[in-house]
Amino acid sequence: MKEIVIISGKGGTGKTSITASFAYLGGKDVIVADCDVDAADMHLLMQPDIGRSEDFYSGLLAEINQEKCIKCGKCADVCRWDAIPIIDNQYIVQALDCEGCGYCARVCPTDAIRMIEQNVGDWFISDIKTGTKMVHAKLGVGAENSGKLVAKVKNEAKALAEKEEKAIIIVDGSPGIGCPVVSSLSGANYVILVTEPSVSGIHDLKRVYELVKKFGIKAGCIINKADINIKKTNDIHTLLKEENIDLICEIPYDENFTKAMTMGKTIVEFDNGKIKQILEDSWEKIKIAN
Amino acid sequence: MKIAIASGKGGTGKTTLATNLASFLAETEKIILVDLDVEEPNSGLFISGENIHEEDKFKMIPEWKKDECILCGNCQKVCNFNAVMKLGEMIMVFPELCHGCYACSELCPTKSLPMKPKKMGELKHFKSGNLVFIESKLIIGEEQAVPLIKQTLNYVDRNFPKRTIEIFDAPPGTSCPVIEATKDADLILLVTEPTPFGLHDLKLAVETMKELKKEMGVIINRFGIGDANVERYCEKNNIPIIAKIPNMRKIAEIYSEGNLLYKKIPEVKTQLEDIIAFISKFQQEVTL
Repeated sequence: MKEIVIISGKGGTGKTSITASFAYLGGKDVIVADCDVDAADMHLLMQPDIGRSEDFYSGLLAEINQEKCIKCGKCADVCRWDAIPIIDNQYIVQALDCEGCGYCARVCPTDAIRMIEQNVGDWFISDIKTGTKMVHAKLGVGAENSGKLVAKVKNEAKALAEKEEKAIIIVDGSPGIGCPVVSSLSGANYVILVTEPSVSGIHDLKRVYELVKKFGIKAGCIINKADINIKKTNDIHTLLKEENIDLICEIPYDENFTKAMTMGKTIVEFDNGKIKQILEDSWEKIKIAN
Repeated sequence: MKIAIASGKGGTGKTTLATNLASFLAETEKIILVDLDVEEPNSGLFISGENIHEEDKFKMIPEWKKDECILCGNCQKVCNFNAVMKLGEMIMVFPELCHGCYACSELCPTKSLPMKPKKMGELKHFKSGNLVFIESKLIIGEEQAVPLIKQTLNYVDRNFPKRTIEIFDAPPGTSCPVIEATKDADLILLVTEPTPFGLHDLKLAVETMKELKKEMGVIINRFGIGDANVERYCEKNNIPIIAKIPNMRKIAEIYSEGNLLYKKIPEVKTQLEDIIAFISKFQQEVTL
């Protein structure tokens, strides 16, 4: 089984639109996983029919039983996040500040503090319009542990691919270089870096590739909006050569990406010309890349 | 006053707005711009200035000292993040999993896990005329952005008086780094684009900011592409649309070079003036 993860470092480079196109081109042969759980958008192009939906519990939150509390203040003293202020003469845990370490509960002399498992989101397995299944998730507002939810989505996608004997998993990764990206990358066989020829695009590409290198995963690059700045596109070419990253393709700036999106379509369903050809050729390359 | 510029979706123009707004405001008053997107900070690519100060930022993690350790395993028991483990005759610490709660260290009966600093990022402080610019960058391989965001905000609080306008360039998304970057802000400016992805992620951002009980306004970037659903949503939910930055290929080209827009594109300057008027009005209402 081959796991292809698409990431970008910088947001807004067209990562999800391109991932959805590959999912469309892969059709029944692939399982799709949306690991951008913070701002999951794949479903807007894949029209999922949700078959299975489950709560995801991860991480803990302290809760103080006021009847048992003797107001000694030990919990507030040991809390490194100042999450237990005194409000109206009571120690109250601030949910958004609590890290879930449980130190307070361990030092409480009257066992007044309980650590409660948090529902941080939901995950789903859905039938999508390409005749296959997609695993996706929705992270709760302001929730922590997005990395763990990403790991859950990926593991479910893997199990599904095995069960249904699909050779390829296509993963839409998250932006940045933090824990959700690290989770997205672990276990991947091939990484596609989507970038754009701008100072920010190049800066973020370099940083996220440093992370990919730590995992030792082979990578290819797609330069989107390549004609916006030819000089910067050439700079990216140089970088790719130096780092031995495959250049998968260059895609010109095209507002049809947005037009397709407003119709809930991938660009390969909407465009019958050049862009569709580029993405079809790219998908053939990606399938055999390793 | 603290203004956070946020968005659910990445790449909608947070950094563009933050850098242009801060530079434009700094033509007449002192402004502090803080890049809190510590995973991928980009504001510094658009702002140049004199380097005032640099410092490494550290998180505290336990380090095992085997001499006094009696291998009781209490450290492993009290760690909720599986960052400390007793393996045979050894105690292993996994720094990337450690949240720095000190429980293992302080509850160790023989004090065999003293907390030691580990570098997680770098803070830089620049100045250019009225504009103060502060950015922090997370070391690659460090997974937790929140401690670095927190320390960066502490640096700003320690070094500047409260009355100055502070603009925060927040990370994308809605999870813990966004909460840390926005929770102390007085006003949130949400940047979006008029597309289904933009709208979907805007809704998530609005829900998050409502949870934090924040005042907010929306800026539509790339106005003219896509559809009118973002405007409809804002009207229906009584969220003011403060500005509409037009969709122009020229903007993407100027941006790609790392240049500011408002000096070259009058349409952008007009929109910035509308945003500044909104901020002034908000400031007056708050101080009344």
